[in-house]
Amino acid sequence: MTSLRVADVVRSSYVDGPGHRYALFLQGCTFNCPGCHNPHTIAPRSPDARDVPVAEIVADVAEVAPFLTGITVSGGEATLQWEAVHALFEALALDPATSRLTRLVDTNGDAEAGVWSVLATSMHGAMVDLKALDPHVHRVLTGRTNDRVLRSIRDLAARRRLDEVRLLVVPGVNDTADQIDATGRWLASIDPVPPVVAQGFRHHGTRLRARAWAEATTRDLERVADGLAAYGLDVRRRSLPEVAVAV
Amino acid sequence: MGAEEHRQRVRSIIEDPALTYRQRVYALAGAAEDALDPPAVSAACALALDKGLICDLAEGHAPYRPRYTLPDYARALARGSTFLELPPPTTFDEATTFLLAAYANVPSITGYPVWFGDLDRLLEPFAADLDDDELRTRLRRFWVLLDRLFPDAFAHANLGPADGRVVRAALGVHRDVHQVVPNLTLRVDPDVTPDDLLLEAARTIVTVAQPHLVNHPMMVADLGERYGVVSCYNALPVGGGSHTLVRLNLLEAARRHSGSAERFLDTTLPGAIALTAELMEARIRHVVEQARFFESSWLVDEGLLSLDRFTAMFGIVGLAECVEHLLLLDGREGRYGRDRAADDLAHDIVERAAAIVHALPMPHCEATGGHALLHSQAGLDSDAGFTAGTRVRVGDEPDLYRHLAAVAPNHAHLPSGVSDIVRLDETVVDNPEAVVDVARGALALGMRDVTFEVANGEFVRVTGYLVRRSEIEKVAAADAVRHSSSVLGAGSFANAGLDRRTAQRVRSHERTVGT
Ligand code: SF4
Repeated sequence: MTSLRVADVVRSSYVDGPGHRYALFLQGCTFNCPGCHNPHTIAPRSPDARDVPVAEIVADVAEVAPFLTGITVSGGEATLQWEAVHALFEALALDPATSRLTRLVDTNGDAEAGVWSVLATSMHGAMVDLKALDPHVHRVLTGRTNDRVLRSIRDLAARRRLDEVRLLVVPGVNDTADQIDATGRWLASIDPVPPVVAQGFRHHGTRLRARAWAEATTRDLERVADGLAAYGLDVRRRSLPEVAVAV
Repeated sequence: MGAEEHRQRVRSIIEDPALTYRQRVYALAGAAEDALDPPAVSAACALALDKGLICDLAEGHAPYRPRYTLPDYARALARGSTFLELPPPTTFDEATTFLLAAYANVPSITGYPVWFGDLDRLLEPFAADLDDDELRTRLRRFWVLLDRLFPDAFAHANLGPADGRVVRAALGVHRDVHQVVPNLTLRVDPDVTPDDLLLEAARTIVTVAQPHLVNHPMMVADLGERYGVVSCYNALPVGGGSHTLVRLNLLEAARRHSGSAERFLDTTLPGAIALTAELMEARIRHVVEQARFFESSWLVDEGLLSLDRFTAMFGIVGLAECVEHLLLLDGREGRYGRDRAADDLAHDIVERAAAIVHALPMPHCEATGGHALLHSQAGLDSDAGFTAGTRVRVGDEPDLYRHLAAVAPNHAHLPSGVSDIVRLDETVVDNPEAVVDVARGALALGMRDVTFEVANGEFVRVTGYLVRRSEIEKVAAADAVRHSSSVLGAGSFANAGLDRRTAQRVRSHERTVGT
């Protein structure tokens, strides 16, 4: 029986996609972001994570399904366990109590094209984080380069599975005028152009290394959003940026 | 009350800086009424009242008008009114003018009308000639007048379940004006109310914590098509209302009990219900037979109210503590909302209370088969030490699903209304779709009423009405506030610990009416 390595379960979430959602946070991440709000989910294993069989998750979701729009699998990085996520989504699609629910993945985008070709058959969409377009800045913010992230965004859009691209605004790091311009231009070239969400960086839950970065203000978010909107993008501003879901 | 005590009460009202002129006038009328002896009851009943086992909710010693009236405004608009000297309106402006004139002449326990009617159904025929902007402008003006003329958050308007231009405009206006009046209810029928209308309501909910939602099919099954939701979620027949609302404190009943929970259901509970019913009967007879309200009201003369559309409300409070107390007597421990055994006992108590109340004959309650209706009473500003109605303890609410599962089974037994408050995390503000999800799920679970509150919002739900946080602060500072309900709200806030983050020093002076 397939299992998922689960860091946290939030059965009632308003911040992990459209509507009221069941959110599953998987253990393990390919990045190591200093600004991560859930650093305990980064390591591939953790004494706090549990292996939960797919059937058990489906039963738990089914119990509260009448109250939900859907389920979101997040992380950590959900695609590290893509085979199990796919199995979960297929099981949810087959169970009459849960088949109505939308199945979304919240991802850092750091996955191979092959992963998306499989998941595209079982998920409704993905919400992808873009920490920075510039690979050097991306490395500062995540510890890794971003070529796979950019490819994922293009690939998911082409498969009609890209629900939104989220930009985490870290003042003075990834929000310079030239970066906003380049990012706006690049996003506008995606086909179809995805909705964009500008979220502000917060210290809440982050590790010490990230405390040197300033928190984003509403003004910062407005400036970034306006800069991106100049490229014709549909930019949504979250009034409560980056809420820590599991601490 | 002795003469000297009475003079002191009058004096303290007259000199109370926290009351507006009008609030003082109403309080003085209440003091005058209370100079009379209350309707005669047995010694046992009087003692139960004195000791707080039962409570007449400060209705006054000599009731001379029904507590809640729901005039048939549709009939009034169709026929015009001799009393008001107004012909049937033909335009939107005439219709709202007509309604405002009628509201000002409706008797009530608070001095303000508790029901403004089914505003969308009443006004929709007059909206046909107006474009959307004109409709919104006029509705907004009407809304402002409702709040300024009747500044009492018990004053309640109803909308839905069907879609229409007025209901949509009203939800938009309500979101914009940031008023606590009117208190607002949207009827929801999963087969009739479209998703996007519910979403429109959800946008208003995340902004101003209203409207309250009711399960329309469930209401119709219990009360028929012609029902309205008034005051703190009291569901009652239109063209009638409720003579009185008396409540039984279940915690006090449990304190007078010894023995098993089983025995409580078989002996103590029925005994306490009989005492409560005795007081209700005395009060109903006073309104109808001694004060003879129905022989001298223009609303009755013109067919907007009739005695055969009346009932009475039997309220219960303190279920949460009652259950804990009974479990302790049994040598068990458990909290309602947290433990299955406690939930089961709570449901048994409510079910049994409903069976007894609904089998007990009550005079002048023809609208509901000659008996009163059980009601989960939303509390009073002066309440302390027990939880309102059949709610789980404030501040002890479990997670959303557990909370709803604990309270939902009670709803079938409370035909005249429940007011469980579902507090949503403030992150919901960006995601009103989620409110629609939760509401639909709650209705599917068999909830009769769904009331949402957004954590840390400017609008705080007190018993069943809203107050603005800023006004509570004014009351604390002894400034007069326009809404009499805010004076009550301030008391509740402090006594019930509705907001544990804010320590308030509050004096509460006014008669605890409404709810
Ligand atoms: S990608 Fe997300 S989960 Fe992974 S380290 Fe970065 S912030 Fe944390």
